[in-house]
Amino acid sequence: MGMSVHCDIVSAEDQIFSGLVEMVIATGSEGDLGIAPGHTPLLTRLKPGPVRIIRQGGEEEVFYVSGGFLEVQPNLVTVLADTAMRAEDMDEAAAEEAKRAAEKALANKTGEFEYSRAAVELAEAAARLRTIQHLRRKSG
Amino acid sequence: MAVGKEIRNQISSIKSTQKITSAMEMVAASKMRKAQDRMQTTRPYAEKIRTVIGHIANANAEYRHKYMEERPSKRVGYIVISTDRGLCGGLNVNLFKRLAVEMRAKAKEGVEIDLCAIGQKGAMFFRNYGGNVVSALTHIGDAPSANDLIGAVKVMLDAYGEGRIDRLFLVNNRFVNTMTQTPEFTQLLPLKPVDKDEFKHHWDYLYEPDAKPLLDGLLTRFVESQVYQGVVENLACEQAARMIAMKSATDNAGDIIKDLQLAYNKARQAAITQEISEIVSGAAAV
Repeated sequence: MGMSVHCDIVSAEDQIFSGLVEMVIATGSEGDLGIAPGHTPLLTRLKPGPVRIIRQGGEEEVFYVSGGFLEVQPNLVTVLADTAMRAEDMDEAAAEEAKRAAEKALANKTGEFEYSRAAVELAEAAARLRTIQHLRRKSG
Repeated sequence: MAVGKEIRNQISSIKSTQKITSAMEMVAASKMRKAQDRMQTTRPYAEKIRTVIGHIANANAEYRHKYMEERPSKRVGYIVISTDRGLCGGLNVNLFKRLAVEMRAKAKEGVEIDLCAIGQKGAMFFRNYGGNVVSALTHIGDAPSANDLIGAVKVMLDAYGEGRIDRLFLVNNRFVNTMTQTPEFTQLLPLKPVDKDEFKHHWDYLYEPDAKPLLDGLLTRFVESQVYQGVVENLACEQAARMIAMKSATDNAGDIIKDLQLAYNKARQAAITQEISEIVSGAAAV
């Protein structure tokens, strides 16, 4: 049996995952992070993107988070997500649609405020797509 | 027959009151279920963020965020969560009573108090009772979103950040079960470290990017999530308390109707008896 660490993923709406994992891979604000058991305490902000966990036994699961925080203790990893969903639930078409809408909004920006909001929406849609494509690669 | 007309009127008016209270009971029962579900789904986040914050408060950080510093308390802030509507038994009153006792104790120590009232009833009560209400938020509805609360909470956070208040408490009803809701005081700021042996040694986090913006964001999120959880919980309490209050009102109305019906029947019988005895005595006289 490999080393494992307890991981909790919660969003404001629900408890998404709770259990033992061998590794957590998340998109931190400074880049991708891989957290293995016994990692030194760490606190970081998460960017919109996939959070991958490798369960005890090697099974992999992917979640999508639209931002949040990651806390690492040597024996506990906590993901406080703004919104999280199981990547399986996501619809690629819907994500594409959201990305297109965001790009369109960016193209005909009218004010600074709307521009920044559109940029955020675009980043989220792109992250969602990234998650789905990652899943595709894995299964296909 | 003219006997007991007033009684009959009263019975019919109480009957219609009973109809209203029993309808309200049923509405509250179905809303309570929804409110309880909402409370259950948001609870994990509130609990987890509390754990994380507990860890942070234990870390020997180079950068001490102002939310972690213990200051002598000269002025404290309370965020009071109450309901928007009444007819929910003693729910609000019990909470306000507890807070009033607390406020008097603080006033004796020479500590001043700022209040943030969430919910119509709290805003109204403290306007009459006398309390320095610095921010108020009313009409939150049945399904509040965290965004609605940000403004009211920010007033208190800013006050803390600028040193106008030295402590911040959250006051709300805790949902124990349908029959019991208890007033609860929680200290939000400064953060309270948890006593655990595993944290006794000297350690600190790696922060990515910097500690300051990261903690600013996380601690603000923490306070917001605790207040949001408080509001959601208070809503479940409100519906449960209303359901119980309306149930006992319906039962009481039933009792009164029964008594009035008895009084009415007695009066009617007495009138009939009297009429008969008048007829009999009239016939005997002839």
